[in-house]
Amino acid sequence: MPSLKTNCAGITSPNPFWLASAPPTNSGEQIQRAFDAGWGGAVWKTLGSPIQNVSSRFGAIRWKGSAGVGFNNIELITDRPLDVNFREIYETKKKYPEHAIIASLMVETREEGREIIKRSEDAGADGLELNFGCPHGMCERGMGSAVGQEPAVNERITSWVKEFSNVPVLVKLTPNVGDIVPHGLAAQAGGADGVSLINTIKSIIGVDIDNFVPQPVVGTKSSNGGYCGAAVRPIALHMCASLARDPRFNVPISGIGGITNWRDAVEFILLGSSSVQVCTEVMLHGYRIVEDMNEGLLNYMKEHNFETIDEMVGKAVPALSDWGNLDLNYEVVAKIDETTCIGCQNCMVACHDGAHQCIHPNADLTVRVPTIDLDECVGCNLCQIVCPVPDCISMVEVDNGFAPASWNEHVDQGQPLRHKKGSH
Amino acid sequence: MSDLPEQRSESVFDDFKSAYTSAQAVVEANRCLYCSDAPCITACPTAINIPEFIRKISTGNLRGSANSIFASNVLGMSCSRVCPVETLCMGDCVYNEMGVPPIQIGKLQRYATDNAYEKGWSFFEAGADTGKSVGIVGAGPAGLACAHELRRFGHAVTIYDKRDVPGGLNTTGIAPYKLRADKSMAEVEWVLQIGGIHIEHGVDVPGNTSWDDLSAKHDALFLGFGLGPDSVLDLPGNGATGVHGAVAFIEAFKTGQVDLANVRNAIVVGGGNTAVDAVRELLGLGVPNVKMVYRGAEPAMSGYAHEWREAKNEGARAVWHAQPVGFAGEGSVTGLQCVRTDDAKRPMPGTEHTIAADLILVAVGQAKLGDLVAGLSGVETEWGKILCEEDGATGKPGVYAGGHCRNGGKEVVNAVAEGRDAARAMNKYLGGV
Repeated sequence: MPSLKTNCAGITSPNPFWLASAPPTNSGEQIQRAFDAGWGGAVWKTLGSPIQNVSSRFGAIRWKGSAGVGFNNIELITDRPLDVNFREIYETKKKYPEHAIIASLMVETREEGREIIKRSEDAGADGLELNFGCPHGMCERGMGSAVGQEPAVNERITSWVKEFSNVPVLVKLTPNVGDIVPHGLAAQAGGADGVSLINTIKSIIGVDIDNFVPQPVVGTKSSNGGYCGAAVRPIALHMCASLARDPRFNVPISGIGGITNWRDAVEFILLGSSSVQVCTEVMLHGYRIVEDMNEGLLNYMKEHNFETIDEMVGKAVPALSDWGNLDLNYEVVAKIDETTCIGCQNCMVACHDGAHQCIHPNADLTVRVPTIDLDECVGCNLCQIVCPVPDCISMVEVDNGFAPASWNEHVDQGQPLRHKKGSH
Repeated sequence: MSDLPEQRSESVFDDFKSAYTSAQAVVEANRCLYCSDAPCITACPTAINIPEFIRKISTGNLRGSANSIFASNVLGMSCSRVCPVETLCMGDCVYNEMGVPPIQIGKLQRYATDNAYEKGWSFFEAGADTGKSVGIVGAGPAGLACAHELRRFGHAVTIYDKRDVPGGLNTTGIAPYKLRADKSMAEVEWVLQIGGIHIEHGVDVPGNTSWDDLSAKHDALFLGFGLGPDSVLDLPGNGATGVHGAVAFIEAFKTGQVDLANVRNAIVVGGGNTAVDAVRELLGLGVPNVKMVYRGAEPAMSGYAHEWREAKNEGARAVWHAQPVGFAGEGSVTGLQCVRTDDAKRPMPGTEHTIAADLILVAVGQAKLGDLVAGLSGVETEWGKILCEEDGATGKPGVYAGGHCRNGGKEVVNAVAEGRDAARAMNKYLGGV
């Protein structure tokens, strides 16, 4: 039986599913319900000098009737007294000793930091997470992403936090940078036990087009927020993998960003995360989603013969490469399963307008299954992406007789390349 | 035009298919796959761009959605209610191929068009006056669609109708649980908004007005006068009180009142859509026992299976393989005398029997009115239907036709398509581009 037991940067939990620091981790009562539902850990809503929030705070992208594929907030850190938060951390940890409780911190001064770290540890926190990522509000006061965007500041603050702390320290990185790697390396240089990423992306979620105010609307104004939800997952995966494949970077990663189910979590783990953090999907659907996450991950591990989470961590990282190393002679073409095709012809219009004009009406006009001109098909996947029927369009490998050759090999060693398709 | 009476027997009927709320409409619209060259469009005789109007519902562009519908079918409101979508657009939805319920195209179209009516949106303006004039015989769906399209080209239009109320079968014949007469009248008014369409009621061609008169007044004519009276069963006892043609009876309760208080057992003779409608209507009007009597077996009936299924759900019964041979009763009808038929619908001697009934509606077809055009030399008919080119042109230059008088009895949507397309052909005939 595989085990979901997790150890990320020395912080252990019954499974890799942690609640990210956010509204779902605002209070002890909530986190205890979450642990009962099956969450392995929780990063407490960021602690610091309590703030005053605005109303309203959230916005979401609606797509085909579903809200929240992309989500945005302008809420700040905790607005509850620190005393209350620490008492609830203590009570929760006492009740759930096996679960991970991580205190997320955001402070203005070294002295304030020393105090809050001590109180966090006294309350029983298993680890600390430094919020260097929040891209709205707090950064205007010199905290959050204002710190995370400066590697030197990041390293300095991390190092003094390490000086004061006796528990593992994760640095939560902001994605609002050109390249994540220097920032991960700065945290590592400062002594961080691990990093968590990504925090939210600077964003405007929408505009009230009748009243000419961006969203979320606060009276007659709005402000940029932090973008999250399923739509940010590709960005988060890329940043996670960028650190994981950098040979200079060698501390654990807690992956965050658009994780909605066990499948998304597996992707993060395979690209280098040793735990994952979830917020938006819980905000939309509740703590209960973790049942499927635990079960789905366990079933996946059984199917692939993984015994531990550690065996999975980074498993897909070696396959990530620079474009110049991709085999230009590898060739696939699309194939339509005539028995399951429903004749919507969305592949045809997509190929015609958005790809390489190689899907055509059936020669028999009474049949709506399109045909593919294999001599023209470049194997781009677009038809497969737009097809509403699962597995109806498959991408089939073609043996073109050419030995593998990447662009780099072609340039360096003159490896012959196959003829280009669809380039006339 | 005269108003409908307030008190009409049809008023007891509610819509059989409920209207969508905006929440329901958006959920359903979001399911649409937005097919390319969609089969639902091909299945629609008026070729409404269905995926486009549905997408516009999902994006909140409701006005644009209604515009997409009306641009192809100006009677899109009534068609959304009366079209047999199960066998047309919805029947060809690709979701059927996937074993997934097809998109409720009729209900979405109703949602968009009802909104346009409620909000008073209008989409069309008459073209610049061409100085040409067209006479249209019949203010039914074909004539109205033709008139509206002609006005967009700028031709003057006068419609002649023998009835006091416009709308043709949409007003007098459609089952009231799909479309009540007042709704049809509202649609006529909506169509007339384009301006410049004159309707002259009480004009019976060639009864009280000759073809020569019309031809002299107009540069072109469109024939959309529909079908004639119910076919009768010329059997012993016909003429007894309580025996009616189904179409005439339906018109009576849609445009006025019928008294069914003493009717316990009703029979509808026939197996087509009028028969099925009449069965459901009698049940809805409160007749306790309604039977359909048909010569063949259930699979052979020409009425839509989905409609008959609903009739059965509502309590209808059928007597299959029974052919009427006479009406029983002295003065008032008391039953229908029948013989059993074999699988080839041939009567079997010695199987005579009587089915009790105090009301019998005969729904075995309507007269074709080809003879009406005898005075229009060059216009040819076949089996009573006016022969036309695909664009609606008859054998006489400048005379076009559409709707039931041409197709013998198809759907409202076919009449709209024929009327609209004839108008486009007439425009060319009149020198337009």
